[in-house]
Amino acid sequence: MIKLEPRGERSSTMAYLSPVLAALLTMLTGLILFTLLGVDPVEALITILYVPISDTHGLAELCVKTAPILLCAIGLSVVFKAKIWNIGAEGQLLMGGLFGSYMALQFIEVEAFWVLPLVLIAGVLGGMCWSGIAALLKVRFNTNEILTTIMMNYIALNILLWAVHGPLKDPDGYNFPESALFGDAALLPILIDNTRVHFGMALALFAVVAVWVLMSRSFYGFQIKVMGMDTGAARLSGFKEKRLTYFALLLSGGLAGLAGVGEVAGPIGQLIPQISPGYGYAAIIVAFLGRLHPLGILLASLLMALLYMGGEMAQISLGLPLALTGLFQGMLLFYLLACDVLISFRIRLKPKKITTSPRLSTLASETQG
Amino acid sequence: MKRRQFNKLVAGLTAGVCMTALSLSVQAADPLKVGFVYVGPIGDHGWSYQHDQGRLSVEAEFGDKVKTTYVENVAEGADAQRVIYNLAKTGHELIFTTSFGFMNPTLKVAKQFPNVVFEHATGYKMAKNVGTYISTTFEGRYVAGYVASQVTKSNKIGYIASFPIPEVIRDINAVQLSLNKYNPDAELKIIWVNSWFDPGKEADAANAMMDQGVDVILQHTDSPAAMQAAERRGAYAVGQASDMSSFGPKAHLLSVVDEWGPHYINTVNAVMNDTWKPKANVEGMKEGAIVIPSFNESIPGDVIAHAEELIAGIKDGSVYPFAGPIKNKAGQLMVPEGARMTYAELEKMNWYVEGIESDIPQ
Repeated sequence: MIKLEPRGERSSTMAYLSPVLAALLTMLTGLILFTLLGVDPVEALITILYVPISDTHGLAELCVKTAPILLCAIGLSVVFKAKIWNIGAEGQLLMGGLFGSYMALQFIEVEAFWVLPLVLIAGVLGGMCWSGIAALLKVRFNTNEILTTIMMNYIALNILLWAVHGPLKDPDGYNFPESALFGDAALLPILIDNTRVHFGMALALFAVVAVWVLMSRSFYGFQIKVMGMDTGAARLSGFKEKRLTYFALLLSGGLAGLAGVGEVAGPIGQLIPQISPGYGYAAIIVAFLGRLHPLGILLASLLMALLYMGGEMAQISLGLPLALTGLFQGMLLFYLLACDVLISFRIRLKPKKITTSPRLSTLASETQG
Repeated sequence: MKRRQFNKLVAGLTAGVCMTALSLSVQAADPLKVGFVYVGPIGDHGWSYQHDQGRLSVEAEFGDKVKTTYVENVAEGADAQRVIYNLAKTGHELIFTTSFGFMNPTLKVAKQFPNVVFEHATGYKMAKNVGTYISTTFEGRYVAGYVASQVTKSNKIGYIASFPIPEVIRDINAVQLSLNKYNPDAELKIIWVNSWFDPGKEADAANAMMDQGVDVILQHTDSPAAMQAAERRGAYAVGQASDMSSFGPKAHLLSVVDEWGPHYINTVNAVMNDTWKPKANVEGMKEGAIVIPSFNESIPGDVIAHAEELIAGIKDGSVYPFAGPIKNKAGQLMVPEGARMTYAELEKMNWYVEGIESDIPQ
């Protein structure tokens, strides 16, 4: 009988190395997989991991793809630290895109410096409003935020579809479901000429620093961490649990909203039905892969974005199927969890002798790093 | 702070990337590289599947002279532009973008690659190196409407519609014009599912219509769900985009199939011979772009015979679904006797013809 036995001491070095180990194991499995598919494995890995970013344009595209994932994930790291499980970054992102688009469409003809800030603020408010509802339900009615945030993702998607097929539809667009193109004043400025990398990436990097300061240098961040580790202790210390819940959820919702408005006012330039190919969900993987640490999340979101782009490149250059991208992301998460388990526990093959099972709650807290 | 550990992590990742940092040399090759961008998976048995069949027929036609590439499941958001860009950058000289949502991304990339030829399906914007192509599905729809008008017993015909864009409204009108001519008592019931591909919603719509007595179902959505629902409940259905006969052998009246192969082959030829020019390609039964491969055996022989006559008429131009007189829903004469609506007019059609009882959703 196989048994998991807790290792005595937690190795913090290993906890941080675990994502690297998971990445290496994913590569290794990838090599075997490609060989089985009859593709030169080294060429395949180069195509997926290097070719997409082998020139300035590629690096710029990496930033374009990273920005929304990073913004969502960095926001999620705050709520997750508080052990509030916000699964609704996707819906908050969509609402951000919708609110921002509404604002941008009001000022299509206006050429003024204040249009863009207004659009961005509208987007942030959109995301905050969506996560605020989940916070209200949690604080007032003790509703499970996992369920409410998931359900609100679908509501957000349908509101977005309604808007883009209805009131925000381009009046000159022959009834096609998309808004008019935004005015230039509502578009995020491009950072490098002839690429698509826009100011949203700078905002995302700023958010990373801000969250890092908040979580490791401020009393508010400390309170959030304490609340996540032990609600009882937080309460005894006089921390305002409700206010912290609101704060954490509004912050992550606002950042997801910023990600959404960054997409419509950045590379897309108009409101369309498909703003996000699931950035809000990918951000959950990224947040844990990055150990809920700002720098880790930055690296993890770069890796995630690269995997998306590599999947496209593998289709273009090698004719490999798209399912590969999903497989790679899945393997990465699988290996990360496996590494975490094996770092915290050792496997013992024991003769049949039933004892109490190891406490899984310790595992959960240890995966937080 | 665990800065040291993170430095290690950074170092580890950098080393990993550097290890693979060998430049890929792309050799200039002789065959014409043709790229295809699909919005769905090639296994959707509808829209993207048919485009991929077109791609395969290009390969079959030109063999070694072409090299085709496809990218499937490309989201119509920020990703599309990168995929199209990468295709252009990797030496593809002809790129087909096969969904409406790729229109603006295609135009943006086309500006950066003036020497690459782009063709965008179903859109309305063009450029020096961007042409469009679309098939006149309404021709097939008109024939389907005729067959439906003859086999219905309840005189209730259902239509599962996707989005109220001109292409869909035009096809609904083509069916209604057929009913007006061949069976004015028949009533057309329309349900909007607001999706191109949603088997669940499509099946729900089909069942709701059959509950109301509909016995023939047409669809402008891509999944075979309605066909399967009709098969279960003993009704008839008309397949869309691909041949759906295998999904409901008894229910399947006919399918209006998009054959993209002929257009793709012609375009590849034009690009190879340097005769390509940007234009709005509108192709239908005459060009072999719209095909009805088979009829259900249970359809009476004279009905099949007349349907074949209609197809022949459409091909030689003697039959045209949108020939006047055509009145709108309110009874106002929109197309006078003897006039024919041009494709440019059809492209913007946003009104229902006489006989349709419901309103276009706004």
